[in-house]
Amino acid sequence: MPGLIDARHRKRLAWAGVVVVAIVLAILPFALAQVGTAWVRITNTAILYVFLALGLNIVVGFAGLLDLGYIAFYAVGAYVYALLASPHFNLHLPFWIILPIGAALACVFGVLLGTPTLKLRGDYLAIVTLGFGEIIRIFLNNLARPVNITNGPQGIAQIDPVRIGDINFATTQQVLGVAVTGPIKYYYLLLLLMIAVVAINVRLQDSRIGRAWEAVREDEVAARAMGINTRNIKLLAFAMGASFGGVAGGMFSAIQGFISPESFGLVESVMVLAMVVLGGMGNVWGVILGAILLSFVPEILRYTVEPAQKAIFGRLLLEPEVIRMLLFGFALVLMMLFRPAGIVPSSVRKRELESRRA
Amino acid sequence: MDTFLQQIINGLTLGSVYAIVALGYTMVYGIIQLINFAHGEVVMIGAMVAYSTIVALSGGTGLPPALVLASGVAAAIPVCMAVGYALERVAYRPLRHAPRLAPLITAIGLSIILQHLALIVWSRNPLPYPQIIATVTYQITATAGGATITNVQIAIIGGSLATMALLLFLVYRTKLGIAMRAVAQNQQVAGLMGIDINRVISLTFVIGAGLAAIAGVMVGSYYGIAHYQMGFILGLKAFSAAVLGGIGNLGGAMLGGLLLGIIEALGAGYVGDLTNLCNLSGWSTALAQRCAVDSNLTLFGSNYQDVFAFLVLIAVLVFRPSGLLGERVSDRA
Amino acid sequence: MTAAAPSPDVPATGGAHVLLAARGITKRFGGVQALSDVGFTINHGEIYGLIGPNGAGKTSLFNVLTGIYAPDGGEFVFDGNPLMNMKPNEVARRGIARTFQNIRLFGNLSALENVMIGRHVRTRAGVVGAIVRNAATRAEERAIHERAYELLEYVGVAAHANRFAKHLAYGDQRRLEIARALATEPKLLALDEPAAGMNATETASLKRLLAAIRGDGVTILLIEHDMKLVMSICDRVLVLDYGKKIAEGSAADVQKDPKVIAAYLGGEISLELPAR
Repeated sequence: MPGLIDARHRKRLAWAGVVVVAIVLAILPFALAQVGTAWVRITNTAILYVFLALGLNIVVGFAGLLDLGYIAFYAVGAYVYALLASPHFNLHLPFWIILPIGAALACVFGVLLGTPTLKLRGDYLAIVTLGFGEIIRIFLNNLARPVNITNGPQGIAQIDPVRIGDINFATTQQVLGVAVTGPIKYYYLLLLLMIAVVAINVRLQDSRIGRAWEAVREDEVAARAMGINTRNIKLLAFAMGASFGGVAGGMFSAIQGFISPESFGLVESVMVLAMVVLGGMGNVWGVILGAILLSFVPEILRYTVEPAQKAIFGRLLLEPEVIRMLLFGFALVLMMLFRPAGIVPSSVRKRELESRRA
Repeated sequence: MDTFLQQIINGLTLGSVYAIVALGYTMVYGIIQLINFAHGEVVMIGAMVAYSTIVALSGGTGLPPALVLASGVAAAIPVCMAVGYALERVAYRPLRHAPRLAPLITAIGLSIILQHLALIVWSRNPLPYPQIIATVTYQITATAGGATITNVQIAIIGGSLATMALLLFLVYRTKLGIAMRAVAQNQQVAGLMGIDINRVISLTFVIGAGLAAIAGVMVGSYYGIAHYQMGFILGLKAFSAAVLGGIGNLGGAMLGGLLLGIIEALGAGYVGDLTNLCNLSGWSTALAQRCAVDSNLTLFGSNYQDVFAFLVLIAVLVFRPSGLLGERVSDRA
Repeated sequence: MTAAAPSPDVPATGGAHVLLAARGITKRFGGVQALSDVGFTINHGEIYGLIGPNGAGKTSLFNVLTGIYAPDGGEFVFDGNPLMNMKPNEVARRGIARTFQNIRLFGNLSALENVMIGRHVRTRAGVVGAIVRNAATRAEERAIHERAYELLEYVGVAAHANRFAKHLAYGDQRRLEIARALATEPKLLALDEPAAGMNATETASLKRLLAAIRGDGVTILLIEHDMKLVMSICDRVLVLDYGKKIAEGSAADVQKDPKVIAAYLGGEISLELPAR
């Protein structure tokens, strides 16, 4: 009964909620570390996926442009980081210089891909971006000859971890008598970045630019007739999405310490797309939930289904990797067929339901 | 000149496979203006089913090899048709009036599902196609070591020509063909004329899937392997071929397929030499010295073969979206 | 087909009272001559009707005017400046807003958001502003919100401000489209069959709305099949038939024109002459 709770009270409740979430997020890695450091790493990966999914959400969810080669921008960011901070070229630039370079280069790639293709109808854009993703991967695989740039399929190893002042994110440190491991440090760094990305997404959506994206998504002809320069606004979505991908890629490089073209296949693009679709295209909170679910569920399956199969059948019938992919496939199909708006209703939908009740 | 001729022959072989797959894309597009993303997976399923049949029958049954191969095709076609039918029913029909993004996304989901079901049924590893028919190589130029053509290549080119002829007959000379063309022109009116639109659309998917089955067997026999991910790149290339020819246009798909095959083969054959930095040795002594040690300073070798199809696709979409024989595709009001 | 020479009776550039002057507008689709040598002028502050039988080229003329199609010949002069080779968004920026014959709202956005999008072209905030939300951006956003709400009230859809556009009643959707167009601050509001599908009550209230819009200084170009509405509200009327101008003048004059009567009687619908 919302009528009984006055506005002041509600605001206080909201703040209390924020504080609780903040505390939970702050102590989460230490709690997870009790279960196993692997779970801290899994959480970090999940945050990276939230990052990626929110970037793709700008392109697919807000502007309605189906980008199936999104992972290419992730790859660009990852390789920029790897090349500028590893023994490969013997360059060791600090991460706060590399991340913007990666973002900018990914953005340039986004504009290069978008300029000729954004006037095409949506399904053509989808297939061209799919091809683009493949091209980037083929180049990464082959740019080892005649000049060794990417080191080919072997990938690049010994990538520098993030360092801020004396804090090395790859090692364990004692802080006030508590052992803080590398993954835990990365967790906080990623959490900060993620909060920034979430804030940017939320603010963009509820802005003049965000509305223009949604107008393009809903009806391009009408959007143009309302004075929106649809070409520029689509390009903007593409470029912004790409730069998010670039930053996420850089972080991925730093955390993993090793990258190879294998990490940037179509499968990854589909996975990020599945996260956006599951959460509800254009719905920031839904997309975050989608990314978290699709990052954790396969891992939980890995730890449960594998032993269960061995216990029941005596051997492994379905590899967890296969189950994971089937999960993504079914998520895409079933969501589109039965809940195209995603698992959580969007804010507009909610407002509409409220105004109807009123 | 012999290299050139050889690449043309290789290109025609590959191109006729692309053409058959491209027909599947173009037929579906022509009738419901939708890109059937999962079409490549149907090709893969065809290759896999035929593989299993051939392996099962060639193990000591004493059947003549040609009959074994034919059984493989005969087994692949109905399975693929069933898959094609199911795709349309499950993924596309319920979303026929949904926003454009929706069927694309379900199609991608289905691609992933089909790939991994195939992985479960067959294997994660590439499956070697049994060489049941011995490869015979025919010399087609006078000089020894010149261009050649194999019996497999002849069979693929001949088989696709026959398949295409059959399809053209079906579309232009039968009642079903008329119905298909009518639905492609105007669904509502076709419906009013008593045509069962759903049935026609289903049949279009089924026919396209039948073609895909044939293409799957051809690809498997030509490369000698089948793999659960083989459909993805193949599908993309065939789609590029359909766009090159003008999507929605049967003749365009055939032309686009053959052209793309030839472009790829020539690209693989020549781009490596053309982009070899050693060609520039005359300009730089440092380069000349380097080339004396290693004469292969190729920028883009044949390992970039897969890139050509996409470059063709992007170039066509940018400069002539209607393709060689088709109508305009970009939407402007 | 008329010769491509400009019609002598139409001034090439607008005088002080002319808002839009069209000269020799020609458009072909393949072999079909959709518009041939159409010329007319619309004065500041008038409601200018555009009528003609189905397929006469009315919507084609709209699409050429608003930049969706490029004309094969002829030119528009709008508010003293030529309006050539402009994209639809540039035309909107110059001050021509339109509605669509088959309503084109942003269906999955709220009614309010639809109108807010109309403010896009008259506001400035970019990505940086959106992210940092500085004072200027916040003020602009507030103004957009307020103006959009005012416009919803103006057309009478404010009660449904938070509902999805696609869930509004048909008549409300038509009105919402007008509000969205007005949000772009047009000098010329081009309406493509706004009364289509409306009942008599809805049409009557639409007529009051159009009069109010004109009263606020916006010139209106109106395509309409409802002759009663056209004849009772339009100051002047242009009649097209087979892509050619067959009459232009006051409503009373036009409906007496034998060519107009012939076009309609020979066409698909008959002209309902309103009892004055």
